[in-house]
Amino acid sequence: MADLTDTLPESATTADRLAEARRQTEASARRRRWQLLSPALIIIGIFGLFPLTITLIYSFLTPGTYGGVTWKFSTDAYVQFLFDRDIFDDTLQFSGTYLSIYGRSIGLAFGATVGALIVGFPTAYFIASKPLEQRNLWLFLITLPFWVNLLVRTYAILLIIRDEGIINLSLMGMGVTDSPIGMLYTDYAIFAGLIYSYLPFMVLPLYASLEKLDFRLVEAAYDLYASRFQVLRHVIIPMAKPGIVAGCILVFIPGLGAYITPELLGGGKELMIGNLIALQFSGSRNWPFGSAAALILMVVVMASLIIYVRYSGKEGNGHG
Amino acid sequence: MKDLRKQPGFDTMAWICLFFLYAPIVMLVVYSFNDNRSVVIWTEFSLRWYAAAFDNDGIRKATVVSLQVAAVATVFATSFATMAALATTRVRPFKGQTLAYAIINQPLMVPEIVTAVATLAFFGIIKQIFNINGIGFLMLAHTVFCIPFAYMPIRARLEDMNLSLEQAAADLYATPIQVFRKVTFPLMAPGIVAGGMLAFVVSLDDVIITLLVAGPGETTLPVYILGQIRRGITPEINAVSTVLLGLSVVLVSIFFLIGNKKRT
Repeated sequence: MADLTDTLPESATTADRLAEARRQTEASARRRRWQLLSPALIIIGIFGLFPLTITLIYSFLTPGTYGGVTWKFSTDAYVQFLFDRDIFDDTLQFSGTYLSIYGRSIGLAFGATVGALIVGFPTAYFIASKPLEQRNLWLFLITLPFWVNLLVRTYAILLIIRDEGIINLSLMGMGVTDSPIGMLYTDYAIFAGLIYSYLPFMVLPLYASLEKLDFRLVEAAYDLYASRFQVLRHVIIPMAKPGIVAGCILVFIPGLGAYITPELLGGGKELMIGNLIALQFSGSRNWPFGSAAALILMVVVMASLIIYVRYSGKEGNGHG
Repeated sequence: MKDLRKQPGFDTMAWICLFFLYAPIVMLVVYSFNDNRSVVIWTEFSLRWYAAAFDNDGIRKATVVSLQVAAVATVFATSFATMAALATTRVRPFKGQTLAYAIINQPLMVPEIVTAVATLAFFGIIKQIFNINGIGFLMLAHTVFCIPFAYMPIRARLEDMNLSLEQAAADLYATPIQVFRKVTFPLMAPGIVAGGMLAFVVSLDDVIITLLVAGPGETTLPVYILGQIRRGITPEINAVSTVLLGLSVVLVSIFFLIGNKKRT
């Protein structure tokens, strides 16, 4: 308490001393809080946030001969995204190659999101309508596969749907087909793989909002002669909306940047954004272009997040 | 009376969903015990592929690297997450709180592939300037993305905690260090264990970041498996995958048990 008497004049009243003491306690609490927070914030700041800035800088540089970059300003990476440069007369021609990879990835991720919603919604509702003890077991069973390595799970799918997989062997055994149906290395395979990978991300937020559903409202709707479909459409789905939006975002974003699924199930032929970016960095390809592609992916993700925040915000107001 | 809660077809869909989630995994595990060289034709039960995997130097090395990286990342990520959770819970909202949350959760918001290439570019610069290499870089990268996973359960645990016990201890003339050691820490310990386990599993699972950031000789088990699958499917991969799968399932089951105990 020595510093307390130092900072205050002799004439200070008890109230002044108390206020000063409280101010100092608060200041030390604040200091301790930031001391506790700093290791996490510093390490994520330096090794998580700062590298993104480097990616931004790299996207405006010139590719180096053996990978890496040369420190010369250039917008070539972004130009390359939209145009083909003619190697003879250096003219630019619009090219949809990369745009189509982005379009296809967005389409696949969106399709997988819708698919996961169609499978996940009834599942989440089913769990929410169970007695409490059973719910925890179901939740455990739904989330457990998520913790199994994504690569291992994708490999398991590959084993099943490949030409010599159990599905084709069974179909041929039953005489349905003579030759295997080519399921692997198609967009359908990627689509199924994405749903499989991220389904728990859909079920959990859906469950969280359906769990809070007051079933008396459902009963009231029935009393008022609503059909089952009307109850679903006008009571259950509106109440589950925050969960639906959250689940869709949680499936869409990782699905968009997926690397392993298209790599294994698309056979590397069916490129998605994740593979395109990795390809530019592995070996000595084009780092600036890879950086630009990564940043464009970030922009798409951020745009989806903004739509999500806007949308969920509006919902919040609507339902009070 | 009909059950008003039920929606037609929803039960069936839930069971299909469960089947869809488990069928591929079960198939993989079952066929890892198959004696036949072919991955698909069942002959008889055998552990030969496990023995082959165990004898494989590449697999052994990759397992050691995986465990080393996961252990180091878990210790650091869990410590930092514990400190951060202590600072952000049980306090009145403070200036910069939202920003602190945003930074801690940053690794979850950015697509993994973007994190991977950004980290690769940054480490490249550091390696060039300071001329250092080594597995430390991989451990550092893992620590960063494990922090939010460790942070979540610890924070949840602390938010449930009652401040009155700590106040009572302080009233009984315990020093702040004694309060922390005898009251706060034992109460938050299950959260720390849970957070650590999640961090460990998440580190063990990572492929993309490791694939791009790892230097030569720093192959982790999943990256090794990916390389093998690209070369061709062998029953040995089934055996290794099953081991990796079993490890995650055991850890996560313990995590759930701890979580359930908390509620009762």
